[in-house]
Amino acid sequence: MDWTAIWLTLRLAALTTAILLFVGLPLAYWLATSQWRWKFLIEAVVALPLVLPPTVLGFYILMAIGPHSPVGQSYEWLMGQPLPFTFQGLLVASILYSLPFAVRPFAAAFAGVDWRLVEASWCLGKSRLQTFFRIVVPLAGAGILTGIVLSFAHTVGEFGVVLMVGGNIAGVTRTVSIAVYDEVQALNYAAAGETALFLLGFSFVVLSVTYALQRRVPVL
Amino acid sequence: MTAHLAADFEKRFPGGPIIRAQLKHPTDVFSITVLFGPSGSGKTTILRCLAGLERPEKGCVRFGHETWFDAACGIFLPPQQRGIGYLSQEYALFPHMTVAQNIAYGLTDLSRRERRRRIADILTLVQLSGLEDRYPRQLSGGQQQRVALGRALGRRPRLLLLDEPLSALDAATREQLRRELRRLLLKLGIPVVMVTHDRVEAMALGDHVAILDYGMICQSGPVHEVFSRPDDLAVARIVGVDTVEPARILHVSDGLATVAVRQIQLVALAQEVIEGDVYVCIHAEDVIVERGAAAQSSARNRLTGCIRTLSREGPMIRLGLDCGFPLAALVTKQACEELDLREGTTVAALIKAPAIHLIARG
Repeated sequence: MDWTAIWLTLRLAALTTAILLFVGLPLAYWLATSQWRWKFLIEAVVALPLVLPPTVLGFYILMAIGPHSPVGQSYEWLMGQPLPFTFQGLLVASILYSLPFAVRPFAAAFAGVDWRLVEASWCLGKSRLQTFFRIVVPLAGAGILTGIVLSFAHTVGEFGVVLMVGGNIAGVTRTVSIAVYDEVQALNYAAAGETALFLLGFSFVVLSVTYALQRRVPVL
Repeated sequence: MTAHLAADFEKRFPGGPIIRAQLKHPTDVFSITVLFGPSGSGKTTILRCLAGLERPEKGCVRFGHETWFDAACGIFLPPQQRGIGYLSQEYALFPHMTVAQNIAYGLTDLSRRERRRRIADILTLVQLSGLEDRYPRQLSGGQQQRVALGRALGRRPRLLLLDEPLSALDAATREQLRRELRRLLLKLGIPVVMVTHDRVEAMALGDHVAILDYGMICQSGPVHEVFSRPDDLAVARIVGVDTVEPARILHVSDGLATVAVRQIQLVALAQEVIEGDVYVCIHAEDVIVERGAAAQSSARNRLTGCIRTLSREGPMIRLGLDCGFPLAALVTKQACEELDLREGTTVAALIKAPAIHLIARG
């Protein structure tokens, strides 16, 4: 079994999920509560990775972070190394690719929170931020958990974007899905089967635990 | 000089009527002002503007020397800074917190010990001691209402805003809480502005009333006065005057006006500057019904009528009489049985002159 690839994948998925939580919660809350008339444009942009082929998305990300783009140039100037075909580049791509899997469940959960509870909290003297953490987040807990699990699982399973942006460098950008593909190409079915089975078992356990936890959240 | 909550503002919603509010409510003595009107008349919007949950387009809201809102200067205080208690129609209890946690939620600036004592005080006040560890879904509607009230009162607000505080309750609980609520609010001495569309609630709880129609306050004053002496036909309809009939003033003498309703003559107290065409307004509860045709007597207005309809209305029976014009009367069930009233029975209807209110027409 390719433990290097598995460890790399888990690290990538965990980091991607953590950053998506940080970026996704405020973005989702804004999407759920804003009255801005052009909001639908942002919603469409967030949902784009759902419909774009991973190769197309990967291509644009590669162009955007490459050495000829302003983003790629400033990153290289700041950090002393380019973004494409590195773990950091892969992380950027994963965040963009998994964005809808975090933001959409978050936003749906926030939209389901009774707005009158939020107003009641304001009238009890609590600031918007306090209200968000003490009322909105606890009541949207199930949806936030769904978003976390989905973005984690989706990052573990990505293939096309990883190949486009990260390539296939062992220990740096070779994730589990690419490792399995490599083994199959090399007619190494036993090794491919082991890694695939591990991934299947892992995904099943994570999803089971999530659904079990969600059942314990009382229907309010 | 007494301090006042003084509001004068305009709020518009796309596609809705413009809501204009002009209110003055004393804040250093206890009193309840009721915003009364049909659904959609803008009562809740006015209350939300006072709470800071909506921002009006024009005007200002002042609380004593503080300015809560001033469109001209761009001042708008959010609800957190107004020191109010706001109770929404559905109570909005936090479902993931117990009764005690709900009440404690607004009390974070108190020390732990003080907070515990305040919670205990509030629970006693709203008679919920022993239920502090229950969740809102484990409480009855009446108990939820009292938790919400307790939660709002816990912070010792300077002004309490109640939106239809009893409307989500069943009839029996509503009646019980209606009696308790006024006593409780009086005990605390916090000034209250309250919204309701229930006439009984307005009369039982309010000191002052502002009648709203299509977003405008069309009459305001002491509750009893506004309800018995509406200024115009619209207010008479909203406050539920049972009999409103067009009439003409025949003559005025000795402070009494004689008016003709169709062929029938009635005597009412003369009101200043009213002459010519009028409407007469008579509340059903001011009509006394006796058995048999009207005999000569000293009563100002004694009409002979025939019962056209009888219908139950809670503990009362509502009679639809034909006295030459349609007249509504309310009698107790007991009186109805004793007098053996049925459809077609001829009765005498007695109305005192002060009970007949005249509104200018045209």
